[in-house]
This record gives sequence, C-alpha cells and structure tokens, in this order.
Amino acid sequence: MVDFNWGFFLELVVSGVLIGLMYSLIALGFVLIYKSTDAINFAQGEFVMIAGIIVGACAASYGLPLWLAISLSVGFMVVFNVGLERTVLRPMIGRPIVAIIMATIGLAALLRGAGPFFFGAGTRPLNLPIDDAPIIIGDHFIYLNPIHLLGASAAVLFLLGFGWFFLKSRKGVAMRAVADSHQVSMAMGINVQRYFALAWVMAGVVAALGGVIWGSLLGVDTQLAIIGLKVFPVVILGGLDSIVGVIVGGIIVGVVENLAAGYLDPMVGGGTKDFTPYVLMILMLMFKPYGLFGKPIIERI
Amino acid sequence: MPDGMNRGPDDGPALSVEGVSKNFGGVRAVSGVSTAVRRGEVFAIIGPNGAGKTTLLNMVSGFYKPDQGAIRFRDRDIGRMKPNQIAKLGIARTFQNIALFRGLTVLDNLMLGRHVRLKSGVFSSLLYWGPAQKEEICHRRRCEEIIDFLKLSDLRKTPAGALAYGLQKRVELGRALASDPTLLLLDEPMAGMNQEEKEDMVRYVLDVSAEWGTTIVLIEHDMGVVMDISDRVAVLDMGEKIAEGTPDEVRAAPKVIQAYLGTAH
Repeated sequence: MVDFNWGFFLELVVSGVLIGLMYSLIALGFVLIYKSTDAINFAQGEFVMIAGIIVGACAASYGLPLWLAISLSVGFMVVFNVGLERTVLRPMIGRPIVAIIMATIGLAALLRGAGPFFFGAGTRPLNLPIDDAPIIIGDHFIYLNPIHLLGASAAVLFLLGFGWFFLKSRKGVAMRAVADSHQVSMAMGINVQRYFALAWVMAGVVAALGGVIWGSLLGVDTQLAIIGLKVFPVVILGGLDSIVGVIVGGIIVGVVENLAAGYLDPMVGGGTKDFTPYVLMILMLMFKPYGLFGKPIIERI
Repeated sequence: MPDGMNRGPDDGPALSVEGVSKNFGGVRAVSGVSTAVRRGEVFAIIGPNGAGKTTLLNMVSGFYKPDQGAIRFRDRDIGRMKPNQIAKLGIARTFQNIALFRGLTVLDNLMLGRHVRLKSGVFSSLLYWGPAQKEEICHRRRCEEIIDFLKLSDLRKTPAGALAYGLQKRVELGRALASDPTLLLLDEPMAGMNQEEKEDMVRYVLDVSAEWGTTIVLIEHDMGVVMDISDRVAVLDMGEKIAEGTPDEVRAAPKVIQAYLGTAH
C-alpha cells in the first residue's frame, strides 16, 4: 500500500489507547470485587450510571458547583456500597457464587429503575470545565479529544494507585490474602468482612469517577449503564483478577475498536466498532479462558 | 513476645477444653472431650484418621463452634468467638494442607502473620505515613528475626507457591510465629515430609518451645516424632478421648494399643 495514511492510522491508535484506558477504569471496578470476593458484580455499569446521574442532576439541574457534585456522588457511592455490603452481600458469604451474581443482577435492574425514578429520565449534559477544542499534534493533524486525554490520565493515576495498593501496602496485601483464602485469612486475624466492605467501597469510588468521565463524553442517562457490558471484553481479555490485565485489555479493546471503526466501517456501512471487542472476547475464551494475565485455577481432585 | 507468664504449670492451664462435642449431621465428630494444656508444654493429639483431631483444633481456632462444652484460653471463654478475634488473643495455627498465600512472597506471608499486631488504621496505612511507617519497620524487624530463625533468608522474596513442599511447611510455621502467639496449634506439621525435613521441623518446634516458651499443641501421625517431642499426649478415637498422659503412659494404655498402635496404619 503506497498511499497508506500513517497519520490517520496513528490517530486511530492514539485515541484508541486513550479510550481503552478509560475502559480500564470501569473494568477496574469488576476486578476489585472479583479479587476480594470471587464474585462478578453485574451491577458495576449501573453504579457508573447512578454516580453519573447524581453528578449530572446536582450540577445541571440544581446548579451546584462541579466539585461539590462530584464529591456528593463519590460520598453517595461509598455510603451506598457500605450499606449494600451490610444488607445484601454479607448474608451471602459462604453461599454459592451464583447466588451473589444473581443478587448483583437484581441490583442492576433495581438501579436502572431507581435512576429515572428519582432524577427523571432525560439526558443531562455533564460538562467538565475544560476546553473541548481538539488538540492537534504534529503535521499529520492527529486530533485528540481533551476529555479523552483527561479521562485517560485520571484512569492511569487510579490504576497506578491501586496497583501500588495491592502490591506494596499492608492492607492491599491483606486484601489479596482475603481473595486467596477466606479461612486462612481469618486464622491470621484478618477481619474478612471489613475487607469485603473496603473492596465494595473502592469499586464505588471507581464507579463514581468512571461516571464523571464517561458521563462527560456521552451525557448522563440510563444508557450509561451499558458501559458495564462494554467493558466485559476488557476484563475477559486481561484476566478477571489482574490490574495489569485490565490496563492491557483496555488498550487492546480500545485500539481494535477504533481501527475497526476507521477501516472496516466504511466497507460494510458501520457498526463493526460495537461487535469487534466481543469477537476478541470469544476468541480469548476459546483459547485462553483465564485471560492474558489471569490466574489459572487448578482444582485438586 | 511471650514472657515469663507463659511458664510455670501452676499458673493455670493455657488452654482447657471442657466436655466439648461437635456433630456434623448424624456424625459425632467429637464427643465430650475434656483436656487441659499446661503453659509452655508441647502437647500432642493423636488418633486414627477420623478420630476428630482436626475438628477439635478447628473448634479451638474458632472455625467450628462447639455444640456443647466450653473452650477456655487463659480463663477466657473462646468457644463462641470468631477466628479473627481468637487470632488476636495470641493463638496461631497452621493447616493440614499447606495454606500459604501462594502468590505472595515469603516475607509478605510472614508480614500477614503479623496482621493481628497491626494498629494503624486504613487511612494512615493507605498513605503509608507517620505511625504506619514506623509500625511497618518494627514488624519487618520481627519478621526478619523469624526468617533468620527458620533459615529462610535467601527465600524472603520468593513467591511461597514456588517453594519446595518442606520449605512451604516451614514458611507456614514462620507465618504462625510472626503473630507472636502464646499458643501455637500445628495440624500435622510433618505430614508428607521426608526424614530430613521431619528432623528439621522437629528441631524448629523444640526451639520455639525452648526459646520463647510458646505453648504448642500439635496433631501428628508419626508416632516416633510424637513420642520424642511431646511432654504429654492425648489420644482420640471415634471422637472420644481414650487416654492422656506422658508418652510412656499413653504407649502402655491398653485402649490405645487396641485402638491405634495395634492396627496397621
């Protein structure tokens, strides 16, 4: 190909990486819960939605300053998730994982109804106070969306922070121990329930941040919850229990999705962006079901 | 550190089990067992498979609640307490099947053993700041002492899952020691080891007892080991205690010969 347009290609890749990192942030919520409780939280997308709606409602409808709206949303997610852990999830400890998963699916349905019920069904804008004129890099006119850039930076900060937490800090190591074995952790004097609560709180905070970032891109309404489904390929690709996996998985999905949109869509008339990540996910499940960085579980019989 | 209080059998038992029973469905795993472990002694629990030894240990460490009877640790009723609360009182245990955190390094496993001694809260430890940092250094020092004691210096950064079986058992002992327990429960610490590894482990167990005065309760199948290192032995069979005493007394008890030593095992 003589006329291969490198500028276009680069632009697709770069913005794919940025979007991918923003996916990673949402996916981190799944990983946090899975790492400590072994359950998959199907309501993670709804957490993002509720957090986004709260910010949107506070800022756009009630006219609060953005920082206050975001703090309120983060605070709500913390309180909500602590309450959730106490009332719904704690009684489930020791039950089959399927029971916990079903509970989160029910919770997702509940939240999808509660959002519009309390805050109305309309789409609200969520405007971050940054200039959204594209940043242009180099002679090839690589356009970058500043919101993508901000979102990706926030995502990287959070991912590094949690990476440090799990690898280096005492509480993080204890949390990995809890994920490894509840029983042995208790014998070490670890209060397992408190770490479950901590995991849910962290997932809530991550969801709130995700809600702000994705809400500012897409606007906030119940559709925001779909992001939870969209990041499934990210989590499966990277491995359910790996933070590194989440980053790499996010970048791969973001780039593949963008390249598909750039090169395949014009040929077939659009829509490839939406399904290519799932094709990747299915291939992954066929050949490496624990993901790129996941921990294979070997059962002794 | 365990102090002088730990010594001296006159000071009341370290652990007493009073008429404890535990059923699983229709199976009577432990039935009306009473015994007392003196401070500072090495106390062995032996018996054929399914005799209820591990069940008894699980009740002491809080994983099972006894259906009847009381368990007292230094005159405190621990029968209804949760495992993490019991661990905080100074009871540490190892498991029959190695239960290390396989993905964590040897040092991190030991540091987790010190978890019960952690005082700083979530926030200061998240920030790794001020008291949390000072505390960490102090815990680290204690872990290094144990690493030296168990001759694990070269392996402190190795993931526990990558170690040989005998070494993993040793790390598990180290993790239990890291909490500075006054009562150490060992569930088959020598199971599956070769002769050399067993001799090492015996030496470590005796050293722990001699150096820190830690009270040790162990379950073990190797009769030679049990008779060598224990001050006293209790024998369980079918959930009931059939004998208790010094190794020689137990060896001579007719019920024991019939139930345990006489049968091929």
